[in-house]
Amino acid sequence: MIANSPAVETPPGGGPADAALEFRQVCKSFGAGPKRTAALKNVTFQVQPGVVTGLIGPDGAGKTTLMRLATGLLAPDAGQVVVLGRDATHDALAVQAALGYMPQRFGLYEDLTVAENLNLYADLQGVGRAERRVRFDELMGMTGLAPFMRRLAGRLSGGMKQKLGLACTLVRSPQVLLLDEPTVGVDPVSRRELWAIVYRLVAQQGMSVLLSTLYLDEAERCHEVIILHEGAVLAQGAPASFSARLQGRTYVAPVPATQRRDVQARLAVAPGVVDAVIQGDNVRLVVDGDLSPAQWVRLRESAAAAFEPVPPRFEDSFIALLQSRRPPAAGGAAGGAQADIRRGPGRHNDQTAIVVRDVSRRFGEFIAVHEVSFDVKRGEVFGLLGANGAGKTTMFRMLCGLLPPSEGNLTVAGVDVRRAAAAARGRLGYMSQKFSLYGHLSVWQNLQFFSRAYGLAGKRRAARLAWALGQFELADLVDATSADLPLGYKQRLALACALMHEPDILFLDEPTSGVDPLARREFWRRINELSRDNVTVLVTTHFMEEAEYCDRLAIMANGQILALGPPEEVKDRARPAGGVRPGMEDAFIFLIEGGRQATPGS
Amino acid sequence: MNPPAFENTSQHAPRGGAGQRLRGLIRKEFLQIVRDPSSIAIAFVMPVVLLLLFGYGLSLDAEHVPLAVVVEEPDADTASFVAAFQHSRYFAPVAMANMAEAEQALQARRVNGIVHLRENFARQRRSAGGAPVQIILNGVDANTARLVQGYVTGAWETWLAHEAQGDAATPHPPVVVEERVWFNSELRSRDFLVPGLIAVIMTLIGALLTAMVMAREWERGTLEALLVTPVAIQEILLGKLIPYFILGTGGMILSVVAAVGLFEIPLRGSLLVLFTASSLFLLAALGMGLLISILAKNQFVAGQVAIIVTFLPAFILSGFIFDIASMPGPIQFITHFIPARYFVAILQTVFLAGDVPGVIVPNGAALLVMAAFFLGLNRLKSRKRLG
Repeated sequence: MIANSPAVETPPGGGPADAALEFRQVCKSFGAGPKRTAALKNVTFQVQPGVVTGLIGPDGAGKTTLMRLATGLLAPDAGQVVVLGRDATHDALAVQAALGYMPQRFGLYEDLTVAENLNLYADLQGVGRAERRVRFDELMGMTGLAPFMRRLAGRLSGGMKQKLGLACTLVRSPQVLLLDEPTVGVDPVSRRELWAIVYRLVAQQGMSVLLSTLYLDEAERCHEVIILHEGAVLAQGAPASFSARLQGRTYVAPVPATQRRDVQARLAVAPGVVDAVIQGDNVRLVVDGDLSPAQWVRLRESAAAAFEPVPPRFEDSFIALLQSRRPPAAGGAAGGAQADIRRGPGRHNDQTAIVVRDVSRRFGEFIAVHEVSFDVKRGEVFGLLGANGAGKTTMFRMLCGLLPPSEGNLTVAGVDVRRAAAAARGRLGYMSQKFSLYGHLSVWQNLQFFSRAYGLAGKRRAARLAWALGQFELADLVDATSADLPLGYKQRLALACALMHEPDILFLDEPTSGVDPLARREFWRRINELSRDNVTVLVTTHFMEEAEYCDRLAIMANGQILALGPPEEVKDRARPAGGVRPGMEDAFIFLIEGGRQATPGS
Repeated sequence: MNPPAFENTSQHAPRGGAGQRLRGLIRKEFLQIVRDPSSIAIAFVMPVVLLLLFGYGLSLDAEHVPLAVVVEEPDADTASFVAAFQHSRYFAPVAMANMAEAEQALQARRVNGIVHLRENFARQRRSAGGAPVQIILNGVDANTARLVQGYVTGAWETWLAHEAQGDAATPHPPVVVEERVWFNSELRSRDFLVPGLIAVIMTLIGALLTAMVMAREWERGTLEALLVTPVAIQEILLGKLIPYFILGTGGMILSVVAAVGLFEIPLRGSLLVLFTASSLFLLAALGMGLLISILAKNQFVAGQVAIIVTFLPAFILSGFIFDIASMPGPIQFITHFIPARYFVAILQTVFLAGDVPGVIVPNGAALLVMAAFFLGLNRLKSRKRLG
């Protein structure tokens, strides 16, 4: 099974100069017969000791497979995985004794308390009673979990679970720490705290860390990054070395808030443009290296603004790298099939789509949503941001008529949700975090089912089905089983299903959680188009840069709205006196932490 | 570059070893059992419900069977015949005026049978040919019908013998059957159902619960984190075996106490034999449960598979309710692969007959083989690997 050629012999010793982790021509496939697919193809790389290495790649690139190979949980079909000079396949137990590994779902026992989880891992790692007390104090101080020792792990928020998961892997300091997407679905405050812990471990204990992530801003915090794409290593190096390749190709254009989204959409599909995103008050642009003066003129015209050169960041180079690997016709930010840039009439009219007045929701003693009021205008993109457990999902469920409010009034599309939830539901589309697809059905069967469930029939149904296949580029995948689709495609299919009955209002609950940057760009392009067609969009997200795409947004904490308004206004709330306007993430953290202080005992 | 020298006390500390790891796993398992409502339901509530149901509710005995009695010409003879039914605890006779009414009652399932005495019963009884008694039974439930048939015949024979004593004209029958029922003289079905129930309860805890909790660890991803620790695979297996062995033994003790204390079922054999046989069976059940969770890594499938391949056979094919000897050949053959079959045979013997080596030794040996087979297979199939 395992080809152990003499060329890949384990080097002697395990001195500090050697790699902490090494993959040598590793191949791994899953399945059998015609369905056999290669997850990793001839992967070779080294992880340096004593630094943080980032593993970056889109969904389905093979990141989790790579992590599991490194832990000895999977055996390679060919090649060799070496951890601290030991073969991870043949010497798995020794490797596992020197390794800390946090899987994507943290591996916590939810019906055990924080202390019981820690004790279990301390027992498994052979930490004695006496040293345990010292170690636990240290870990709890580091993660801020000390007040929650007796709480069941299942009752912790997402961010706290992640920190407990990390603490469990650290009960006996491992030499190598593997973290598989530790920050997915976790709010920015918790993400920041996790990074602080990781840096401390590296600085104080010289730990070697391999961390996979979908957040490109996190890649920039790594000493080195490995870019994995479709099971192969595309590139490896310091984040700055990637950015250097794009020197002179990155610009920002200040665009007024009202036009920003339209300008971004226009630029994203313009020839010669690699990537265009909204960044704060600007539209950020990555252009081809060989842009002709004529193309420049056209770009400036469509932006109606001047371009200022800015230093490239890792995200620019990552997107450029992936775009260059894409077949030109495969859509994405460059595929302009639907990039028909016309503004729907009366987009910013004053019709109100959603009215929320003094709405509260209690679950027993617990107040999930407390006296919340806001309006959403027709055709608006309205963002709902908040830390895990802030009450966003509860608010959403009430708006969809899935959960009655304890107090207050909710009007959606002119219908009182309390009285006629069914009537309101007919006019809205809902896409949940988990996409709510039938995994065993094919793409086509899912579309058919949802079209029937919404009561479509005859010509209209046929037209909507054809629209879904065309608009979401699903025609080639009609027979694919939904559960086997990459996350980005699942998200497309779920959106197609939610839009099947042409709803006036669209609810999106963390639609981009865990979806890679390319798919996320594509997703927002579609949301933009919907908004132009006067569809009202309500969206929750953990990605702060996505908040910039909203017309207005509300930041929630502990069931209350902390800030409400256009992105600029919200950011200004966090602007220090006489200082510059902070980024959305800094503003968010500032507001949330202020909110936390304002409501003690939570 | 050398990483800076760092303080790391725990890396140089002595490692706790297998004992500490195992203790940690077992403690975790018990905490989970106590906190998870579905574990509590399977481990504690279900056994009690089953015991009460089988001890008090369900009975295979036919008692107070409603019976229509049609007497066309009542007189002293027919009265004493009907009285024989009335005095029996097995029957609840209902007098009916004519056959049409009785047949209607039978069809409506208000009565389970009809006893029909013709108009000239008294006269014919004393004639050479004797008097015919017509018995009609509802055969829809064949089991009850057969029981009722036996009881009716018994009641009638008792009446005949009784009559013969007072009537010198009738000579004594030359041959008299003296019936004695051994081990369960009152023929109470509870006396063999409750001991057999121990096998069902232990299957519930050993196979169903174990398969589901193990599948849950796969499903929730907790096993993935557990596998990447210095823990050995046999420690993980033992960490499951020991808690559920203790729980299963608890279920056994509960059943024995209920059987002897509450339902007054004799325990004629020794506790040692009972405990040894139970342990062997429990190991086999645990082996099956763990094996199921290796093959089915999600709770729903594991639960379904465990019910179909362990729980239902323990109920139906073990001889717990239905006699194996009266099953068709192919089904009898299948029962040989069901550990509960051997255990039920031992249980019924140990409780009602005593330590009979002829039953206990071969059945015990079969349990030993099955326990060794299933546990051995687990050891072979379990790896610290995914996929």
